[in-house]
Amino acid sequence: MTDLTSLSLAEARQGLKAKAFTALELTDAHIFAVEKARALNAFVLETAEEARMMAQAADLRIARGEGGPLAGIPLGIKDLFATKGVRTTACSRILENFVPPYESTVTARLWHDGAVMLGKLNNDEFAMGSSNETSAFGPVVNPWRREGSDAKLVPGGSSGGSAAAVAAHLCLGATGTDTGGSIRQPAAFTGIVGMKPTYGRCSRWGIVAFASSLDQAGPFARTVRDTAILLRSMAGHDAKDTTSVDRPVPDYEAAVGQSIKGMKIGIPKEYRIDGMPAEIERLWRQGGEWLKAAGAELVEVSLPHTKYALPAYYIVAPAEASSNLARYDGVRYGARVPGRDIIEMYENTRARGFGPEVRRRIMIGTYVLSAGYYDAYYLRAQKVRTLIKRDFEECFARGVNAILTPATPSAAFGIGEKGGADPIEMYLNDIFTVTVNMAGLPGLAVPAGKDGQGLPLGLQLIGRPFDEEGLFSLGEVIEQAAGRFTPAQWW
Amino acid sequence: MNAPVQPSMLIKGATGDWEVVIGLEIHAQVTSKSKLFSGASTEFGGDPNAHVSLVDAAMPGMLPVINEECVAQAVRTGLGLKAQINLRSVFDRKNYFYPDLPQGYQISQYKSPIVGEGTVVVDLPDQDSFTVGIERLHLEQDAGKLLHDQHPTMTFVDLNRSGVALMEIVSKPDMRSADQARAYVTKLRTILRYLGTCDGDMEKGSLRADVNVSVRRPGAPFGTRCEIKNVNSIRFMGQAIDYEARRQIGILEDGGVIEQETRQFDAVKGETRAMRSKEEAHDYRYFPDPDLLPLELTQAYVDALKAHLPELPDEKKARFIRDFALKSEDAGVLVSERESADFYEAVLGQLADKARDGKLAANWVINELFGRLNKEGGAIATSPVSATQLAAIVDLIGDGTISGKIAKDLFEIVWTEGGDPRAVVETRGMKQVTDLGAIEKVVDDIIAANPDKAEQAKAKPAMVGWFIGQVMKSSGGKANPQTVNDLLKTKLGL
Repeated sequence: MTDLTSLSLAEARQGLKAKAFTALELTDAHIFAVEKARALNAFVLETAEEARMMAQAADLRIARGEGGPLAGIPLGIKDLFATKGVRTTACSRILENFVPPYESTVTARLWHDGAVMLGKLNNDEFAMGSSNETSAFGPVVNPWRREGSDAKLVPGGSSGGSAAAVAAHLCLGATGTDTGGSIRQPAAFTGIVGMKPTYGRCSRWGIVAFASSLDQAGPFARTVRDTAILLRSMAGHDAKDTTSVDRPVPDYEAAVGQSIKGMKIGIPKEYRIDGMPAEIERLWRQGGEWLKAAGAELVEVSLPHTKYALPAYYIVAPAEASSNLARYDGVRYGARVPGRDIIEMYENTRARGFGPEVRRRIMIGTYVLSAGYYDAYYLRAQKVRTLIKRDFEECFARGVNAILTPATPSAAFGIGEKGGADPIEMYLNDIFTVTVNMAGLPGLAVPAGKDGQGLPLGLQLIGRPFDEEGLFSLGEVIEQAAGRFTPAQWW
Repeated sequence: MNAPVQPSMLIKGATGDWEVVIGLEIHAQVTSKSKLFSGASTEFGGDPNAHVSLVDAAMPGMLPVINEECVAQAVRTGLGLKAQINLRSVFDRKNYFYPDLPQGYQISQYKSPIVGEGTVVVDLPDQDSFTVGIERLHLEQDAGKLLHDQHPTMTFVDLNRSGVALMEIVSKPDMRSADQARAYVTKLRTILRYLGTCDGDMEKGSLRADVNVSVRRPGAPFGTRCEIKNVNSIRFMGQAIDYEARRQIGILEDGGVIEQETRQFDAVKGETRAMRSKEEAHDYRYFPDPDLLPLELTQAYVDALKAHLPELPDEKKARFIRDFALKSEDAGVLVSERESADFYEAVLGQLADKARDGKLAANWVINELFGRLNKEGGAIATSPVSATQLAAIVDLIGDGTISGKIAKDLFEIVWTEGGDPRAVVETRGMKQVTDLGAIEKVVDDIIAANPDKAEQAKAKPAMVGWFIGQVMKSSGGKANPQTVNDLLKTKLGL
């Protein structure tokens, strides 16, 4: 870590404005860090040349006094976001050589505001995974290690590359996508901040789809303020995505540091699950105490349908995925493995192109949508979804401003340690996060402490629809109390 | 659904009479500039893949955005079919793999279509009109096209049509003969053309039919149906129904059972062939498209579209009968195509006295103009005689300037040489002679020259016809026939 890579995004912004250093210098420092950190496997594509050009352009804009809100800020982009002229694979072999002729709306907004792209970040294949182990580019290594151990740990997933890159100070922030926890869980595993905004807050246009009704883009950064700064640039209505919402984007940064006095924080009893480590239980209580000390009121709340969320999620998400991934058929773009006829070409292409977890979810999704099973699975899961949503609505209707929960049921685990025999072991990682996607609500993961082995743990704040501001205010309180978390550099 | 059995429509089998039951699913391409969910052009005949957007090619991360004009067109069509407009409808995905389907699913409407039940009244010559119930109308995407003849070992894909909006119009099983089915499609196409929501051009594939056919003993419950896919002409549809009905009757009379299956019509051999059976049928795994919110319309929006709906053939026909005393059959001919009705209305608009001559004008449009166009294989759009010219001819007859017979000569001149009919009549001296003195002289001359015939006529009044012919001949057809008739009767003492 150099002086320049140790800065927060807000500090770097200040330094650029004050001409303490140039965007090119800032970018070069990060390019160097990226190159040094290849052992983490966080980047699947480094775009150093483009980054330098973008940085120089930012310097010119800054010199003319036209620098945007993110002028010269080097970022990493999850490989699920289409980037024009830059290979975009969703970390799948089926898109191994795919170069989109278009730019996703979210990344276009970032570049419009002056940000610099360092490269594309590793993720679970098509964002399906909770450990970044399903990537065709191989697993990402968490920059954190257990004390006294050099065992490689997962960074969480699916946005594992984004979380690892930000935690290891390879970039000042990164984009992620969150379908069931893919931003919040890796943020918690790597000791950084991650925000999944309200469904419809960010455009999905140009983001490789996993489960359309759940997918939402969001930012990673090392501080709550930095996360707020990034979200302001990413969010906004997009006529090309009819599920995006046409309402003004607030100045999220202004919410950071706002008083939380009088806010009512719900503590849901259903999140106290069997077998939850005592240190997570303790951290959760601690988080509540911090908020209370800052003037918030804690109330116990009930979200009775919580226990059905995970099974319902693993019906809805694969169902949508099975349909969304049908376009990868070898006909128009991406990999093609020939066959004797069209059916065999499809089979060969998709069997070779998709990894085991993606194939599993396509099979599950195809099954639950099949005639005769649709009502029992998909329709029922949608009803559960309505009930989960109602749980939250009733809670908010009683005056609760936000809900505090643990972000994950454990700290980061070892690569290869989970899900080998039973995929459900892996799916359980999302137990605290999927409800938020099912209800379309905003969720913020904030680092709050460490476990007994020195690994970071995070808390989750769940907000009312479009009240990302409230979450940033609350998150800042936790960050102030808990401090920031930086892994010792071993790579 | 169970209208009284009409004996004339029954098919005679070896073991007795059979009734054929027909229901149609019509795929009508929506008239719109761009596709249902993308901005790409819908223009016909572009180079392969010239009209393909990123959405149509199903590139990763692309999202559909509904084209409002296509929605308006579907609502207009629903209103034209006197159907229920559903203020809330849902787009679903119909999942299957095929190279002409880039997304791997077709966006369609499954459980909640934009239009519900309606009716179409159909006329058949020499028969009572009958009503076909509309089950539903929904919007969906068209697929692309496979080109098998471009390369010895490969098939090419043209996605120009991919994503173009279609309306699937599903009828109830209300038709009982190939004639009825043909008449229904013809009527439906007329309505769509009046509305301007589909050009109805079957050669370009703008209108295709899936035909459901079953047979049963008169009065028995419905039999098992077979679906004949993608019939692209009204004539073929009739052939396909007749063949399929005979085929099914043959199987049943031999003691067999009908398998529910999808068939295709071979126009060359004039027969239907099995494509796939029910067991092989796709499981389309329909589910609501999560990329699209439910489509919600307001009643005010529907009302506004309704207020601007053009007059439809049934209403137009009724008006022609009411205002101009046209025969039902003639009015039917005029409204059967929007172009015909428009032409007739253009003639009406230029008549000096349309209350007096509206019916005359209809006769001239139908008998002289359409007759001539049919004979020469011409279209109304390129008719050598314009509505203005025809109106002038009718005016000249109506005000007594020329006789009907002269008018035919005048029509011939205008057809071949053009020109203003009034000027032609002036310059060529075609005006009818109504001058009593002049006609009287001719009448007197002819009676004087034929005393024997004048004598015979007193005994046999029908002989007057011979005299009229002579007078007209000698006046060059310009004498007013009524005047001639009256004079002759007086002079001959009849």
